[in-house]
Amino acid sequence: MTRGKVRGDRARAVGMALPATFWLVVFFLLPLVFVAFSSFMSRGPGGQPVSPATLAQYERTFTVFGPVLWRSVGVALFATFISLVLGYPLAFFISRRRSPATRMFLLFLVMLPFWTNFLVRTYALITIMQRDGLLNGLFKSLGVISAPLQMLFTPAAVMVGLVYGYLPFMILPIYASVEALDRRYVEAANDLGANDWTAFWRIIFPLTLPGVIAGSILVFIPAIGAYVTPDLMGGTRGLMIGNLIQGQFGGRGNVPLGSAISMVLLAMVFISVLVYTRWGQREE
Amino acid sequence: MTIQPRPSPDPKTVARKVRRDLAVRRTGRFGMWLSPFVVYLFLWVPIIVLVVFSFNDGNSVSVWRGFTTRWYENIFHGTISAGTEAARFQTELLLKALRNSLLVATVATLISSALGTMLSLALARGRFWGRKTLDTLFYLPVVIPDITQGIALAVFFNIVFETVQRLFGVRLVSGFGTIVIAHVAFNVSYVAIVVRARLAGMDPRLEEAGRDLGANHWQTFWRITFPNLLPGVMAGALLAFTLSLDDFVITFFNSGVGTTTLPLFVYGMLKQRVPPEINAISTLMILASIILVGGSLLLQQRGNRDKG
Repeated sequence: MTRGKVRGDRARAVGMALPATFWLVVFFLLPLVFVAFSSFMSRGPGGQPVSPATLAQYERTFTVFGPVLWRSVGVALFATFISLVLGYPLAFFISRRRSPATRMFLLFLVMLPFWTNFLVRTYALITIMQRDGLLNGLFKSLGVISAPLQMLFTPAAVMVGLVYGYLPFMILPIYASVEALDRRYVEAANDLGANDWTAFWRIIFPLTLPGVIAGSILVFIPAIGAYVTPDLMGGTRGLMIGNLIQGQFGGRGNVPLGSAISMVLLAMVFISVLVYTRWGQREE
Repeated sequence: MTIQPRPSPDPKTVARKVRRDLAVRRTGRFGMWLSPFVVYLFLWVPIIVLVVFSFNDGNSVSVWRGFTTRWYENIFHGTISAGTEAARFQTELLLKALRNSLLVATVATLISSALGTMLSLALARGRFWGRKTLDTLFYLPVVIPDITQGIALAVFFNIVFETVQRLFGVRLVSGFGTIVIAHVAFNVSYVAIVVRARLAGMDPRLEEAGRDLGANHWQTFWRITFPNLLPGVMAGALLAFTLSLDDFVITFFNSGVGTTTLPLFVYGMLKQRVPPEINAISTLMILASIILVGGSLLLQQRGNRDKG
């Protein structure tokens, strides 16, 4: 290739990358930089960021909103754990089906609810869990309870909602890693006298760990940043970080404080991404 | 070092171990068979109940009072909640929200498909300074929580609008334009990822063969690269369209006063007074997404078949 041709190729590639890069830099990166700056400012009379620079917003984030912050982490972690406990056996079950058509169909059954509008799905869950909903009716007719349970507007309800919303994110990566598992390792373990329990924890689980970590991160990230689920199902006791951020924008808000909380949320997400890039990818 | 022969195990212990191992296997099998029932029930019961009760003759969402199609009739006759003037207004809002959603999704999909495809081609084929950084940058919108993206853009538009007013005296407001900009900003990444997966599976020799046979860049692209890439571009576009139709949080912060999309309308219904038609509206939305996703899956399958 001549030097001129290489330069032409490079110019063409840069030209093709330019529009999308411009869009991402101006309408994605720059706004985030603004938020980062605003998080170090003071609150103006209208809630807008003004000088002088201060760390007060971060201090407030960790003191006043500390309890909500840690509760959000707890709820998101627990939702991730439940998704794992529900998702792993199912992913395993699907991957053990012989015919590819059955596997596709079973995966399709996981994906389909996932493709319907998130608000509609959350509403569907709410109708089941509300005071005069199906679950309370069922429990009552079974004689488990005498008075209807208050299931909605609790942190537990938010957790159920998050699991419901993001379970497919857990199942798909685990399915991929179980599918890729070499069964001969398991047979070898059995031949050497390991029972299924030992074989699972010593062979299968470590080998599918990248899938488990990927799935966990894929559930944890949207769960920690959730806004709709705690807003509709959490009430005041189930508030999460997302609701705190929203509360600081709009009327009587505090934009610098909201920005600081957003930065803390971003930090949590980046830590999760680091975990993913370190342990969540299969080594090639 | 001498190797000690293993003492031959006591047959009783062996039998006990085998029995225990078989019990473990049975428990594991049972758990594995139980899991689909639990998970599929959990995933599907709420949706099925929602659909069934959209035909319920009564306002309750848990007590069955007989079959009716009147909620659907109300939607199609423009008389949501019993034919009052307010009802007609509600229906008009719903239809307007639906129109807005489709319009936003269409425009955002067209822009993000074009930009995303170009970006993925540049990243896959080009060698230029900053390519690695760009590679990381375009994954960011996928991982960063939508609430952060939403408020960051809202803050950004606020500052831009204020500056424009101060400098030019023109008053800009959020609305259709800001929603489309926001949607493109998160869709570009998804399109680029999907198209890139298709590019990775494409044989580069096809393009080389085209060039060897005397086609210039332009001809190679339109005759070889693009037709081969098309299933990926279509899949990316459909994903962008679905994400755009589905998005609530980012739209919520950047919609301004006048422009309501379908998710914003549904949110308003859930937050204020839930009308009895909500199940019917939701069912129609579920149906629409099934058709959309079914179509995209068929397209992808056809694309794969073409490939080999």
